[in-house]
Amino acid sequence: MARGFNIRSIDRRIIFVLIFVAVAIPLIKPMGLPIGVSPPVQSLYDAVDALPPGTIVMLGGDYSPDSMPELQPMTIAFLRHAFKKDLRVVITCLWPASPPLIEAALTPLVEEFGKEYGVDYVNLGYMTGGPVTILGMGNSITGTFPRDYYGTPVGEIPLMDEVSNLSDVALVMEVSAGTPGTREWVQQAVSRFDVRLGSGTTAVGAPNFYPYVSSGQLIGLLGGLKGAAEYETLVGAPADATKGMDAQSIVHALIVFFILFGNVVYFVSKRSAAVADGRSRS
Amino acid sequence: MSWLQEFFTGAPGTTTAVVWGTWVGALLTLCIYSFLYKDNPFYKFAESLFVGIGAAYWLAILYHNTLKPKLFVALFPGDSGEPVLWYRVFPGILAIFMLLRFFPKLSWLSRWALAFIVGMYAAVNLTGFAQADFVEQIYATMTTPLTGGGVLSFILNLSAVVGVVAVLLYFFFSKEHKGAMGVAAKIGILYLMVAFGASFGYTVMGRVSLLIGRMTFLLRDWLHVID
Repeated sequence: MARGFNIRSIDRRIIFVLIFVAVAIPLIKPMGLPIGVSPPVQSLYDAVDALPPGTIVMLGGDYSPDSMPELQPMTIAFLRHAFKKDLRVVITCLWPASPPLIEAALTPLVEEFGKEYGVDYVNLGYMTGGPVTILGMGNSITGTFPRDYYGTPVGEIPLMDEVSNLSDVALVMEVSAGTPGTREWVQQAVSRFDVRLGSGTTAVGAPNFYPYVSSGQLIGLLGGLKGAAEYETLVGAPADATKGMDAQSIVHALIVFFILFGNVVYFVSKRSAAVADGRSRS
Repeated sequence: MSWLQEFFTGAPGTTTAVVWGTWVGALLTLCIYSFLYKDNPFYKFAESLFVGIGAAYWLAILYHNTLKPKLFVALFPGDSGEPVLWYRVFPGILAIFMLLRFFPKLSWLSRWALAFIVGMYAAVNLTGFAQADFVEQIYATMTTPLTGGGVLSFILNLSAVVGVVAVLLYFFFSKEHKGAMGVAAKIGILYLMVAFGASFGYTVMGRVSLLIGRMTFLLRDWLHVID
């Protein structure tokens, strides 16, 4: 060990302060670091972009407030893209806390694009059951969701006249933070009903779903804040995710530095200890 | 509007409820982050508050989204004109069975409800899992190297196949990991290390994203120093 200096003696709160500063400064003074678009995000964007106006797509919002920083930007970016392309959107939730979050994303976009509820979009709200609900939608969406989020019978909603089951939906975008979520949609909807499925997930969950992209079971995947920022870039509306990417990059660089620094100090101290041990024996 | 005025009253058009909500959220966020310095009463207060409110919140959400509409209203629609869904009485009975585990003499009945849940989910998930995570993944692994896309793509796809085989051999314990088997197992370890590294990297990104989310809330919604 380099005498008088022990890496373990460094107060961990110094690292917390450095991380805090590394996040705060880029948020206050954005640097505009470039955001490259990865193939899974591009393929999802292309699939949505290729749909003709009027096509019905589905958004599955399955997350809760704790994963909002990562997933809410994805929901907003996808809805913006869909409304911009004049796609009609049917929204379902398998998580009970999701509907208000989806409403928060919808409200400003509906005003911005002048969309009409029940004609251009519908929020069917939450339904318990997880995979069973997905299975039910494969047979009958109206049977599985007899009422929308506001309690209106789906038979009174014009858009739902054209949606019988999942085969009437051109594409499903599943934004999920866990279970039930992307895996259940792949297992129940893709495998059984050949649904075209795209997904946005938290960064923690993303590595589990890349094999589905390679196998073609997912047409694209947005992984964490980076995925959301890439989609925002493609849609041409940089928002919260894009703003956060400068901080993300700086913190990653800082963590890489910490890892390298820790390893260098470890090996140097190990060698110093070995040299000191050799001297004491001689 | 001056910054100080905006700090206390919110942006123009902001309701009092939103201003109060933002202040409460900001102060509780600071209470939680104060744990990074050291354990303290502010952190303990915020933690206890979170646990209590969280439990109540989920109870209310589940009651209003599940129990009330799916059971109570379905069985007793009142004057709404909706038909009585009498068959919902069976899941209702199973739900009561679940609660009977608190009574030792009748706790065995809770196993019926559990057996129903386990059996149903096993049946629903089994075929979906077998198709999505087994058949499709094996098929994709076997066919991906042949999908074209140039020499580099072929090499990368082939490396994925090598990785799958090597990792499977690493987890094959009926033969000692020596010779060719040992080499394959070591290659498998390398692939596993890369997978763990990628997973750790994504986890770091996720956690940093949450911090960015909170910081954005503090700096934008509370302090109004960023747009």
